[in-house]
Amino acid sequence: MAPDQIIFILVAIISLVAALFVVTSRNLIHSAFWLILTLFGVAVLYVLLQAGFFSVVQVIVYIGAISILFIFAVMLTRNVMQDTGSQNNANWWVGALIALVFFGGLTYMLLGVPGFDAKAPEMQAGIDPLRQLGMELVSPDGYLLPFELASVLLVAAMIGAIYVSWEKKR
Amino acid sequence: MGFLSDPINFIAGWLESIMLGFGWSETIVTTVLKFLGAGAVGTFGFALVIFTIWLERKLYARIQDRLGPNRVGPWGIFQTFPDMIKIFTKEYITPDGADKVIYNLAPIISVSAVLLIWAVIPFAPTVIGTDVNVGVLYVVAVGAMGTLSIIMAGFSSNNKYAMLGAFRAVAQMVSYEVPMVLALLVPVLLGRTMGINSLVASQEVWYIVVAPIAAFIFFTSSMAETGRAPFDLLEAESELVAGYQTEYSGLKFGMFYVGEFLHAFTISALTATLFLGGWRGPGSETFPILGIVYFFIKTFLMYFVVAWIRISLPRLRIDQMLNFNWKFLTPLALVLLIATALLEKVLGMVLPGLNLVETAVPWVRAAAHLVVNLLLLWGVFSALRGYQVKGRKIVGNPRPVAVAPEPPASVIS
Repeated sequence: MAPDQIIFILVAIISLVAALFVVTSRNLIHSAFWLILTLFGVAVLYVLLQAGFFSVVQVIVYIGAISILFIFAVMLTRNVMQDTGSQNNANWWVGALIALVFFGGLTYMLLGVPGFDAKAPEMQAGIDPLRQLGMELVSPDGYLLPFELASVLLVAAMIGAIYVSWEKKR
Repeated sequence: MGFLSDPINFIAGWLESIMLGFGWSETIVTTVLKFLGAGAVGTFGFALVIFTIWLERKLYARIQDRLGPNRVGPWGIFQTFPDMIKIFTKEYITPDGADKVIYNLAPIISVSAVLLIWAVIPFAPTVIGTDVNVGVLYVVAVGAMGTLSIIMAGFSSNNKYAMLGAFRAVAQMVSYEVPMVLALLVPVLLGRTMGINSLVASQEVWYIVVAPIAAFIFFTSSMAETGRAPFDLLEAESELVAGYQTEYSGLKFGMFYVGEFLHAFTISALTATLFLGGWRGPGSETFPILGIVYFFIKTFLMYFVVAWIRISLPRLRIDQMLNFNWKFLTPLALVLLIATALLEKVLGMVLPGLNLVETAVPWVRAAAHLVVNLLLLWGVFSALRGYQVKGRKIVGNPRPVAVAPEPPASVIS
């Protein structure tokens, strides 16, 4: 087995177990930390797919910003951090059934996709994927419109946040 | 490739040939070499801290007109070793009600988040852990993990002061990340790359000349990220005991301590790499060992500045710190980024038409950028003039501090 396969299996197991603990952990803060581990595992998977940019952005955005925001919000609500009582209700088997059916269906569909068991093609030498991504984002034939729309949306959200927190002049 | 000109790659090539001689496959040999390299860089970082702790204590002492450590070894250079032995033997205390796993994990993450940055710092043209093409962003991402470790420590200690320290840390680090990233974009724009090694290679003129404001913003906001004076609000001892590290003892506290010192050294290394030309210098392309020497000279120069600032300036108040970030650094960084981008575009159109000598092009470019930077700086300072404090308001007439009481009549007679 090649080293990157071993790394993949280890990372996949770690992120799956962590994802499981995100939903089963009784302590909200612990859930947030397990979520960070899961997101980190996803970042490592991006590295294994030679998508360094996405992995780094994953760490910056999800771990550096969103998770810290989660933890911050949870820390402010100290009283409701501990969850008591049973975590299941009478319908647990329905949920499990639906999840299993979904998992089976998705696996079946993915198996039917052509090239499912093909190996990823080697990255061509001399091409900088980062530069290509940047060109695609601003070229009119590429993703210019979605990119601009997302920018406008973010600016609107930012202006809204400033407006909401603006101290009214008396 | 001789041992003298490039020792590290020479050793790596020698080890590789030995392992290939065992009959191992190429991928396994590469993996083992990567692990060895990572171990070597990590050990080197830790070993460096032993030296920098002594150096910093000595520098502080000299600036404060003291002698500093001077008992163990010549000039007290081995003082850190007894300190280390002392800290190893201390008792580990886990406070009641602490979140044990997170509590113990926090110091480890604190150190490793700093050590991870060393993976992308080029010591010489050929000596670099991994030359990832998003190196600059990687540095920012790893910095985010440092913030995480402080939150973990603050939350898990079950101590209100630690919690308050963690809150302050989030307010400080997350907000100072914004101008830092914006300032980092300027060298990326100038070098047209995000890889740190290629950024160093693109600095025909050091970026501190091309973009002095960006260098200033980056340096200041990374100083704030380290959480040391004058930005040490997260462990302000007069308000918060010791902030997030209140409950830590022994080696766990030592890890935070080492992480802090290593972080200070790392930001000096980053500033030296991104703005002072890293390994660039005469002869470094042909003899990589010279590159290592240049790199460390520049890094220690920056480290001296870091220590100097730390010992000279008093602690900021929290509102001053946040105002400084959001009302000064961030707008300045935004304007600088826009100005630099526009100027780069204009220069790209104008410069080819000027028929300059090949070697003069980067200098002309640098001069144009420098002029724009200085203009911007002048504009900022004239805008700030309206906000300066005009004299100090006198609240009341000064009163004498102490007046000797009138002696009783019996004493006089």
